[in-house]
Amino acid sequence: MAETPTTAAPTPEMVNVTINGTAIRVPKGINVIEAARYVGVFIPHYCYHPKLAVAGNCRMCMVEIGEAMFTPDRQPVLEANGKQKIVMQPRLVIGCNTPVKEGMVVVTNSAAVTQAQNAVLEFLLINHPLDCPICDQAGECKLQEYSVEFGAGASRFREEKVHKPKKVDLGPRVMLDDERCVLCSRCIRFMRDIAKDDCLGIVERGSHSTLTCWPGKKLDSNYSLNTVDLCPVGALTDKDFRFKMRTWFLKESKSICTSCATGCNTVIWSRENVVYRQTPRSNDAVNECWMCDAGRLNYKFINDPNRLTKAIVAPASLPAAGKGSGAGKDAGATSYADALKQLGPKLRAALANRDSVAFIGSARATNEELYLFAKLAKGSVSDCVPRSWTADSFLVKADRNPNSAGAKLLGVAAEPMGSKLAAIADGIKSGKIKTLVVHQEDVTKHGIAAELLAKLSLLLVIDFKQTATTKAAHFVLPGVTFAEKRGTFTNAKGRVQRVWPAVSLDGEARPEWEIFRDLLRELGGVDNHLDIAALFADMAGNVPAFAGLTLAKVGDEGVQISVS
Amino acid sequence: MAAVERKLITARMDQPGYSNRLESYLAAGGYGALRKALAMTPEAIRAEVSKAGLRGRGGAGFGCGLKWSLVDRKSGKPIYLICNADESEPGTFKDKQIIYKDPHALIEGIVCASFANGVKTAYIYIRGEFAEGYKILVTAIEEARAKNFVGANILGSGYSLEIFVHRGAGAYICGEETGLIESLEGKRAYPRFKPPYFPAVLGLWMCPTIVNNVETLCNIPLIVGMGGAEFSHIGTPNNTGTRMMCVSGHVNKPGYYEVELGKITLGELINGLCGGVSGGRKAKAIIPGGSSAKVMRCDERFKGKKRDGTEYDWSWQDVPVDFDSVAMIGSMAGSGGVIVLDETADLPKALANIAEFYAHESCGQCTPCREGSLWMAKALHRMTHGRAMKGDTDYLKSIADNIPGRTICPFGEACSWPVQSFIEKFRDDFAKLEK
Repeated sequence: MAETPTTAAPTPEMVNVTINGTAIRVPKGINVIEAARYVGVFIPHYCYHPKLAVAGNCRMCMVEIGEAMFTPDRQPVLEANGKQKIVMQPRLVIGCNTPVKEGMVVVTNSAAVTQAQNAVLEFLLINHPLDCPICDQAGECKLQEYSVEFGAGASRFREEKVHKPKKVDLGPRVMLDDERCVLCSRCIRFMRDIAKDDCLGIVERGSHSTLTCWPGKKLDSNYSLNTVDLCPVGALTDKDFRFKMRTWFLKESKSICTSCATGCNTVIWSRENVVYRQTPRSNDAVNECWMCDAGRLNYKFINDPNRLTKAIVAPASLPAAGKGSGAGKDAGATSYADALKQLGPKLRAALANRDSVAFIGSARATNEELYLFAKLAKGSVSDCVPRSWTADSFLVKADRNPNSAGAKLLGVAAEPMGSKLAAIADGIKSGKIKTLVVHQEDVTKHGIAAELLAKLSLLLVIDFKQTATTKAAHFVLPGVTFAEKRGTFTNAKGRVQRVWPAVSLDGEARPEWEIFRDLLRELGGVDNHLDIAALFADMAGNVPAFAGLTLAKVGDEGVQISVS
Repeated sequence: MAAVERKLITARMDQPGYSNRLESYLAAGGYGALRKALAMTPEAIRAEVSKAGLRGRGGAGFGCGLKWSLVDRKSGKPIYLICNADESEPGTFKDKQIIYKDPHALIEGIVCASFANGVKTAYIYIRGEFAEGYKILVTAIEEARAKNFVGANILGSGYSLEIFVHRGAGAYICGEETGLIESLEGKRAYPRFKPPYFPAVLGLWMCPTIVNNVETLCNIPLIVGMGGAEFSHIGTPNNTGTRMMCVSGHVNKPGYYEVELGKITLGELINGLCGGVSGGRKAKAIIPGGSSAKVMRCDERFKGKKRDGTEYDWSWQDVPVDFDSVAMIGSMAGSGGVIVLDETADLPKALANIAEFYAHESCGQCTPCREGSLWMAKALHRMTHGRAMKGDTDYLKSIADNIPGRTICPFGEACSWPVQSFIEKFRDDFAKLEK
């Protein structure tokens, strides 16, 4: 059962501040940039980032501040109207390095501030190449955005620009254009303090300052692409994404990364059902605003032109046509309804003897899919395929399955996961197991070779792509990827998180929860889940770990459940 | 009254036959103040330094006693002392004289100051270009160690101090104390922002740290020797002691001159001690405190009220050589480097030279200074090479106006004040370049 937290977070000490004339109470000690957000005032900044050490170098966030005046013995000095006297500081201060104090007055829209913002933008642009038409950052560039909002609108520069290295290959995934760099040092601080791989730095001095990799080093960390996200301008670009698509054409869809059990929150960027990139989405309970490069770049299978879009009934139907006969993607292709119609009686017959049927589910499936899969598998042996890689001390978990926790909670996976796979293989070999249902796994790579599969009377595979297993199947029903469906995953720490459809696939492929629902109907069960919310509610009502939850409550950032 | 020097710091180094070896210093009574200091309590020495009214000789003129009083002595962390020997301000060459000619005076000052502040480890951060000076200091420290003036249990007092000499790598910004500290920590010399990184609280290795200039530290043995009260009678109130003035440019006898603060005027310094402006010409402009100080126009009258209410009406020759008077006329005594430009000087070219220096030396951390310093240098180069355009003077001035007060360290002021003041005082010299 979910535990009720026993200790509430301590209430932070609050202070009264006035920002552009609006009085507000904000937590003591936060900086002026963060405080201004409370009243909807945006203070432009380049070097400041809430997750990085303050650098204070870009000077874009300069504001005017005034502080409440006190006598030397700390008594408030009052104006004639009884209000405490405020002393405005003669110099502008940087918002990023100025913590709010009781009585502080902040002005972000005065002539002095506007003039300073104009000046900083002018300084940043004089040596900038102004190559926006061919810059990948165009459309999401802070130089462009601030120039529109805070810039003076014209250049007075009469000199020759400084020239710096272009097309610098910093590492396997990141390119650098030093002329575009505003030297904010965000990438340097990220690699040094967060990724713990101090490989970037600035060489040369003054206007010739140049971002580079230290000699003998490369920006090849598994977190290198976060520097591209952090870069406020077009200096650091993602080799995978650069020159592929103008950013303003891209649709942003919330999602989560399914490459390991961490479940980093992400945004999928797509256009016309093609995914162009994934970027991290901020969630302090999971990944802050970072993700690993391996997870980020693991999206290309979504765009694979050879995805399954139709159901397949093996041409010779029963017995299995076996290897070789399924040549060509369309061999045996039929409509989903037809496949279901042919499959129904066979599956019913097979399940008459539960001991002769085995189910291999997927720990890459959603909770809802696993919930229905468990219903299908009830009374028969079931398990999932474990998969692992090398964990790190930051975000990457050893468990590459995004939903091992869900697969265990919902009763699909054995304990430990994969421990029954050998028994299933033996059962097929001995002829005890005659029917196998596989979801999204190529079991030929996990101990159940194609020769074994050929012995089965009925092999049903639900997958979104052709594998050696689908090729051996009597029936293949086309599923979709995480980027094409609704549902939830449970990460290693027990956080239930949602995915949403970012793209859709032409053809008859569909979310597997719909396929499993249809199979349950074929088996005579009453299952009226018409939408994912109703399915989730059903699951929450029947699986204690999810008790009390609704899909709406899971929200954008997920909820914690107990998975112990 | 003929202008005379008052040689306290330079008393020994200019004597015939004086060497930078220990025997010379000992023969001249060296390390006597250290013996006296070790017999005092640290608090008593600090009180004498406060009483002396000694102001820092590096550039800002901040009270040395006050600086020491700000040190966090309750943190439980070690307190470090750093001697800032990164003398780089154009027009300034006094610390070099001390290091090369009388290094033991500096070492005695460091030991006295360290003892007064409970410092167990002191560093001398020496300008990279002073390669010979580095060797001299290392030799001197070894000589001092051999006589137990440095090292463990100094002169049997139970007090121990190690002094390390660290060479810079040739960057002006390392003279800025927080940039120096970063550099000493092995990092790029990006100055730190204050708050919170006041060296007195969060300095070297995030420990309380005192950063004092070479000449400042050389005054500590003098104060210990004669007592703070007597020292405070040298010079004038709030401008106590002597100062090594470095005079360069169009004078007949450029060089360093140690004078009592406030007791002689700029006229006496230049026309008297320095033998007048070269070739008997008239002075046109004087930069009184190193190249970053605002320039003075020599045909200007400087009028105003002193702090005590008395009015003054000075020509440039009348301006007393001290911290407060130079500040009153709108410039700063800075590092003590006086640069004289006579009536034949091409001021835009002089400024172009200064601007080129600052463009080269900007650390590049803060946007306005990083981009502005080179922008100004490029504009000045163009203007002084026959390619000035209409409006260039205002254009140049407006670049400079966008820098000061908007950077982490005072380099923003250092690079923009010369441009602002040259144009303010000598606009015609720039305007006539415009076509």
